[in-house]
Amino acid sequence: MAAIDANLAPPPPRRQTRPLSGGGFAWVLASALVAALVIAPVLALIWQAAQGSTGLWSHLWAHVLAPALGQTALLLAGVGLVVTVLGTGLAWLVAAHDFPGRRWLDWALLLPLAVPSYIIAFVYLELSHPLGPLQEGLRAMLGYSSPREFRLPDIRSLAGAIFLLGLVLYPYVYLPVRAMFAMQAAGLLEAGRMLGCTRARLFTRLALPLARPAIAVGASLALMETLNDIGAAEFLGVRTLTVSIYATWVTRSDLPGAAQIALVMLVVVAGLVACERLARRQQRFAGGAQRIRPLEPVRLAGLAGWGALGLGLVPVALGFGAPLIWLLSEAGSRIASAGISAQLWAELRATLCLAGSATLAVLIGGMAVSFAARLVPGRLTETLGRLASLGYAMPGTVVALGVLVPTGALDRWIDRGTEAAFGQGTGLLLIGSGVALGYAYLVRFLAISVGGVESGLAQIPRALDHAARSLGHGPGASLRRLHLPLLRPALIAAALLVFVDTMKELSATLLLRPLGVETLATHLYGEAARGSYEDGAIAALAIVAAGIGPVIALSRIGRAKPGG
Amino acid sequence: MTLSLRALLATTLLCAPATLSAAELNLYTSREPKLVEPLLAAFTAETGITVTTVFLKDGLAERVAAEGAASPADVLMAVDVGNMADLADKGLTQAIDSEAVLAAVPAALRDPANQWVALSMRARVVYAAKDLGLSAITYEDLADPKWAGKICIRSGQHPYNTGLFAAYLAHHGAEATETWLAGLKANLARKPGGGDRDGAKDILGGICDIAVANSYYVGLMRTNEKEPEQKAWGEAITVLLPTFKDGGTHVNISGAAIAKHAPHKAEAVQLLEYLTSEPAQKLYAEANFEYPVRAGAALAPIVASFGPLAVDPLPLTEVVKARKAASELVDKVGFEN
Repeated sequence: MAAIDANLAPPPPRRQTRPLSGGGFAWVLASALVAALVIAPVLALIWQAAQGSTGLWSHLWAHVLAPALGQTALLLAGVGLVVTVLGTGLAWLVAAHDFPGRRWLDWALLLPLAVPSYIIAFVYLELSHPLGPLQEGLRAMLGYSSPREFRLPDIRSLAGAIFLLGLVLYPYVYLPVRAMFAMQAAGLLEAGRMLGCTRARLFTRLALPLARPAIAVGASLALMETLNDIGAAEFLGVRTLTVSIYATWVTRSDLPGAAQIALVMLVVVAGLVACERLARRQQRFAGGAQRIRPLEPVRLAGLAGWGALGLGLVPVALGFGAPLIWLLSEAGSRIASAGISAQLWAELRATLCLAGSATLAVLIGGMAVSFAARLVPGRLTETLGRLASLGYAMPGTVVALGVLVPTGALDRWIDRGTEAAFGQGTGLLLIGSGVALGYAYLVRFLAISVGGVESGLAQIPRALDHAARSLGHGPGASLRRLHLPLLRPALIAAALLVFVDTMKELSATLLLRPLGVETLATHLYGEAARGSYEDGAIAALAIVAAGIGPVIALSRIGRAKPGG
Repeated sequence: MTLSLRALLATTLLCAPATLSAAELNLYTSREPKLVEPLLAAFTAETGITVTTVFLKDGLAERVAAEGAASPADVLMAVDVGNMADLADKGLTQAIDSEAVLAAVPAALRDPANQWVALSMRARVVYAAKDLGLSAITYEDLADPKWAGKICIRSGQHPYNTGLFAAYLAHHGAEATETWLAGLKANLARKPGGGDRDGAKDILGGICDIAVANSYYVGLMRTNEKEPEQKAWGEAITVLLPTFKDGGTHVNISGAAIAKHAPHKAEAVQLLEYLTSEPAQKLYAEANFEYPVRAGAALAPIVASFGPLAVDPLPLTEVVKARKAASELVDKVGFEN
C-alpha cells in the first residue's frame, strides 16, 4: 500500500536538475547490489527452467493453459471489478459526505486489510457451510430440519473466491482513491460544484475520471495479490496458473517444468505492472500546483446519514467483523479449555523476530535504491528501482524456489571452505539461521519500501537537497540530517506494511524456514492441511490482531497533511 | 531515531535463541507434524534422543537437494509412495541396512534397494451417507451415472488421488481410465477441493452422498475430543472398502528414509527401528488409525469395523510408474475445472 502512496505522488521531474555529484556513485552501487539480489532468484529460475525439456508445453497447451488462463482471467476480472466498485464507491461516500460515524468509518474501512486471504477463505468456509451457523440459522428460521431439504449454493466456486478476495483487497483501491478525492481532486470538484454540477454528475463527470489513475494503481496491486494467492484458491477450489505450477512440480516431480510456467507467469505479471506504470504516467495532470485544500463534504442529515453509515459498515462487517468474531469465539473456547500452548508463544516470538529483521532489511534496501535515484536521477537508477520492485509480483513459492538454489549452493560452498580451512564445517549458515528466508522476504517485499521511500522523497523539494549541499553537507550527512527526519512518516508506513505482509507470508516461509522453527502462519497452515484447526484459530487471531495496529497507524499517517 | 533503535533492540531480543538444545536427530517431514508427534515423543522417552523437526509441505526433495552435503537432515518422512520414490530417485537417500527394520516391513512395502520403507498404510476408501444403506462398491462404480451430482472428492492432483488414479491406469489402461475419470468428474457434487474430512462433513451437510477419502480420517473424526463437531461428521458415514473389479483395495503408504548425508546416521537407524517396532506400530494403529505394516500388529477397533482389508495385489512400484500419466489424464479430462 505504501506503493500506492508512491503512485499518488507526481513522478519526479526527469533531468530537470543537474545530478548531484560526489558520493552518488556509492549509492548507485548499493542500489545495483540490491537490484542484483532481487534478480538472482529470477536467474536461478531461468537456469532451472533450462534444465528441462519443453515437452511439457504440448500437454499444457492442449489441456491446461486454456482453462487455467480462463479461470485466472475471470478471477482477476471479477476481483478487479469488486475492488474498484467497492473501493471507489466507499471512497466517494467517505470523502464527499458527512454523516454520523464518518470519521470512524474512514479508518474502519481499512481493517479488512488485516485479514489474510487464506484466513478469510477458511473462516467463510466454516461460516457458510451447510453445517455452519449461517445456514443453520436460516434453516431454523424457515422451518427445515436437515440440510438435505434446503441449502445455499457452495462458496467453493469462482464467484465465492471473487467475493472473498474482493472483501479483503478493496482497501488497496479505497486508500489511494480516498486520498485523491480528499486532496488532489478537491479544487476541481469545488469548481465543478460552483458551476452548478449535481452530486451525481460531479461523481461521474469529474471525480471518477480524476480518480482513474488511482483506481488503476490500487486495482493492479490488488490483482497482484490475487495472482500470488495460493491459500485461498486452494481452499476454494479455484484452479489458477499458480495451482498449475504446483501440479506440475509436486505431482509430476517436474521442477524445470514448474519453473518454466513460473517464468511465463512472471511475464503476465510484468504486463500488469506495465499497466500500473502507464496509469501512473497519465497521472501528471492530477498533481496540481495549487495549494491543497480538502474537499468540503455534503452533510447527510437524518435517515440518509444513518443509511450512509450502514452502507459503509457492510464491507467492514463482512471483511473484518465476521472473521474476527468467529476467530474470537473459536480461540476463546480453545484458550478456556487448554490455555495458550508454550509452542504458540515460541511461534509468536519466531514470527515477530523474522518479521522484525525482515522489515529492517527491506527498509534499508529500499532506502538505498530510492536515494540512488534521488542523487543520480536518470535511466540507470530508475531501471534499478524497477528491478528491485520486481519481487512483489512474484508468488512466494516462486521466490522461495529461486532463493533456495543459490543460497543452498552458497551454504555448501561455505561449509566445504570452512571444513577445509578449520576442520569444522559451518553446516547450513544461511538456511539454518533464517537468513535465506529473510532474503526471500526482502525480494518479495522490497517494492513496498522502495515505493514508500520514493513517495516520501517526492514530497521533499529538491531545493532543500541543494541547500544542504551548498551548506557543505555530503550526501550521507544530508541524508541523516535532512531526509531521514522528513521521511519519518513514509518510513513508518512502509515498515508497518512490510511487517504485516511478512507476518502473513506463508509459501516462502513454508519452504525456507530453519529446522525447528514454526511461525504463526505455518502453524495455521499445518493445522488446516490436516483438516483440524485446534490451535489454528488462536494463531489466526494473533495474525489478524497484529495487523490491526499497523492498519490503524497507517490510516493516521494517510490523513496527515503532506509536507511541502 | 530512538524509535528505530528501540525496534532494533526488540528484534535482537526476540531473535536470541531460546534454548540451545543439542539436536540429536533432525527430521524433515512433509507429513503434518501433529500426526507424528506422539510417536516422536514416545521415541524420545524410550531412547533419550531429542528430535527436531521441520514440516515442509511441498519442496522436501528440493530443500534437501539444495542443502546437499551440508544438510542437517537425518530422516526424511513423507506420505504417498510417489513422494518416497522421488526422494530415492533424486539420490537423496541411502540404503537402510538394519535387520530389524527389514524384517519388520514386508518387501512389497519398501524400496527394492531399501532406500525407503513404509511405516503405515492407508486405504483409499468410500464414505457413504449412513441412510443410503450401501454395503459395497467398486472403484469402477464411481463413474456410474447413477451417482451424478452425488460424489465429493479433493483435488484430482492431490497425491492421494493421483495414487488411486495411477492404480486404475495400471489395471485398466489409459483409454479406460480417461473414460472413467470423465465419468467420475461428471458425478461430482462440487468442485474437487478441500481435504478428506470435508467429504464426511459435506455428506452430513447434504452436499453429497458419497465421498472418496482416506481410511484413517474416520478414526480421527470419531474420536476428536478437541473438536467435538467432527464426531458428528464421522458418525454420519459408513466406510466401504472399495475394490477394483479384478483386484483389491488401493492402499498408499506413509514412509521414511535415511538422508544420504545424515550427520546422525546411527540415531536415524534407531528411529526407523523404533517406528517399525511393535509398540510404535501399535501407536500408528491406535492413535493415527492407520494400517500397521508390521505383520501381526493389531488394528484399532474403529478400523477393524470397516471389515477385512484386501490389499490390491498391484505392486506399489507400478503405481509410482503410472503416476505422471495419471496426473496428465486429470488435466486432460478437465477434472479440476
